[in-house]
Amino acid sequence: MLVVPACCTSVIQGIFPHTAVNVPVYNIAFAAAAACASGMSEALRKAGKKTNVVVYAGDGGTVDIGIQALSGAFERGTDLLYVCYDNEAYSNTGMQRSGATPAGAWTTTTPAGKSQVKKDFDAIVAAHNPPYMATACVAYPQDIFRKVGKALSIRGPTFLHVLAPCPTGWRFSSDLTMEIGRLAVKSGMWILYEREYGKVTINAVSKAAIRNPIPIEDYLAPQGRFRGISRKAVDTLRSQAGRMAERLQRQEDGVC
Amino acid sequence: MLTIATGNKAVAAAVRELHPAVIAAYPITPQTEIVEQIAAYVTSGELDSRYIPVESEHSAMAACIGASATGSRTFTATSSHGLLYMHEMVNWAAGARLPIVMANVNRAIGPGWNIWAEHTDAFQERDTGWLQVYVSTVQEAFDTTIMAFRIAEHEDVLLPVMVNLDGFLLSHSMQSLQTFAPGDFVPPLSLPHAIDTANPAGYGMLTGPGDYFRFRWEIERSMRRATAVIAGTEQEFARRFGRTYGVAEEYRYDDADVVVIAMGTLGKEAEVAVDTLRTEGVKAGSLRIRWFRPFPVLDLGGRDLVVIDRDYSFGFGGVIAGSLKAKFRADPYSVIAGLGGQEVTFDDIAGFVRDRRPGEEHWFGVDGNV
Repeated sequence: MLVVPACCTSVIQGIFPHTAVNVPVYNIAFAAAAACASGMSEALRKAGKKTNVVVYAGDGGTVDIGIQALSGAFERGTDLLYVCYDNEAYSNTGMQRSGATPAGAWTTTTPAGKSQVKKDFDAIVAAHNPPYMATACVAYPQDIFRKVGKALSIRGPTFLHVLAPCPTGWRFSSDLTMEIGRLAVKSGMWILYEREYGKVTINAVSKAAIRNPIPIEDYLAPQGRFRGISRKAVDTLRSQAGRMAERLQRQEDGVC
Repeated sequence: MLTIATGNKAVAAAVRELHPAVIAAYPITPQTEIVEQIAAYVTSGELDSRYIPVESEHSAMAACIGASATGSRTFTATSSHGLLYMHEMVNWAAGARLPIVMANVNRAIGPGWNIWAEHTDAFQERDTGWLQVYVSTVQEAFDTTIMAFRIAEHEDVLLPVMVNLDGFLLSHSMQSLQTFAPGDFVPPLSLPHAIDTANPAGYGMLTGPGDYFRFRWEIERSMRRATAVIAGTEQEFARRFGRTYGVAEEYRYDDADVVVIAMGTLGKEAEVAVDTLRTEGVKAGSLRIRWFRPFPVLDLGGRDLVVIDRDYSFGFGGVIAGSLKAKFRADPYSVIAGLGGQEVTFDDIAGFVRDRRPGEEHWFGVDGNV
């Protein structure tokens, strides 16, 4: 069953009494997804049921207002999968900045571009030492499918962080969605990796991208939200991506 | 079993008898003893519940909502700031029609930090769709917690119930307590809208004005039906276990010319004031309102009323006095007393009756009374 806090999915699942989803969906208040899922998971396990409990939340409901409930559920070792689909803004309400918005990006509340960097949320999740966590991107659907299957096969709290380019909010034509996702990965702006029982594995496509990245300008240029971005902000994005790659590389090599 | 217990321990003992599948709670003074006792029961195996030690009250209620939505019996306990912190989810629980039972140990709200009794915390949740009951003794705390599960889970109600007990005055006072197993007095929970993976549905999704309005009316319809369910539950409880309380407890009421109306422990203190006044030849009585939502139908019969509010709605007045004015066109002497745990004795209450000025408001112990 799915637990959905306020996010774009609140809207796209349909209007009562119709639903576009063929599993039970429990809608819950913005800050409460992981806590609601905790109660469900415990009640189902008490009843001897193995039903998967999956939180499906946006970046705002995960890295900002929902961080406390997520942290609590992960610290308690709750048996659930938390999927954050990250379109790097409060998009349901019309593209306001979130903690996941990258530096330099235009949003309706950062009209001159965001002056802070994207919150390194995966490091926060990793600090809870969950048995399995991974990043993914909508441009690699087979990879998502494999990682969800893997996460659901493991007991305890698991986390999947999916980069989800948003045509409306990021200001690009929707036929470019997959391409933008690929550019994010190939430029090293989004790194696909898994962390299983503490062991980090960078996925092949990102390994190649880290060795030989395309210029990040190739990722930024097709997106209206980065129009007019300053050279300084581009440098910030580049150095943040570089530091992330170095850290993951060190973790994979076991020298962190 | 006859024992000596605090109000908090009585609540925990009642919960043990009803073995909820899931209990999610966060500690706060003066409620802590409830969660400590429940954690001890779960650890010792006396209570076969999943105890979720959540990281906040907002999450406590959210976890109860998730658990209850699967059709499981669910309990939590809180107080004051904890209750206010979960306010959003308190609304959600009622809107989602989940029969969660919560004990709230009534406590004042900061600033300044004050851990003592006041009803303003629970009154701020009065419009959420929860049933609310206020108890005055340790035994009543036990008995009412048992009744609360039966009422909440009744097919005509399916709304959450908040059992309120005064911080320290009751939560930490020790009195005799008769515990017992309620047996089939509380039947197993059968939630008609429990999540069913074989029949997937959406819950709480985007809902247009027409359906939303209908859902609101259904909450109110259930609240009205709850009046009969409460009465039936009290009668059945009296038949099986020999004690009865009613929606409001009358004391030397029938021939009284002047009646003190209060809630919680103040309502019990008022009974002593009534005895004192009777020795002076004043035909006094008292009425302790137990069920605040749904609000009881009261026969006030043209008596003089002295209403004591351990609460206040700023810019309006005492909440109980205001409710009686609105519901029954009463013209009480409204006394605001006991805020932040202020000591209010039976002598003080007798004084309110002797000095009553119908239609006026009096702030007990505050200079420059209105």
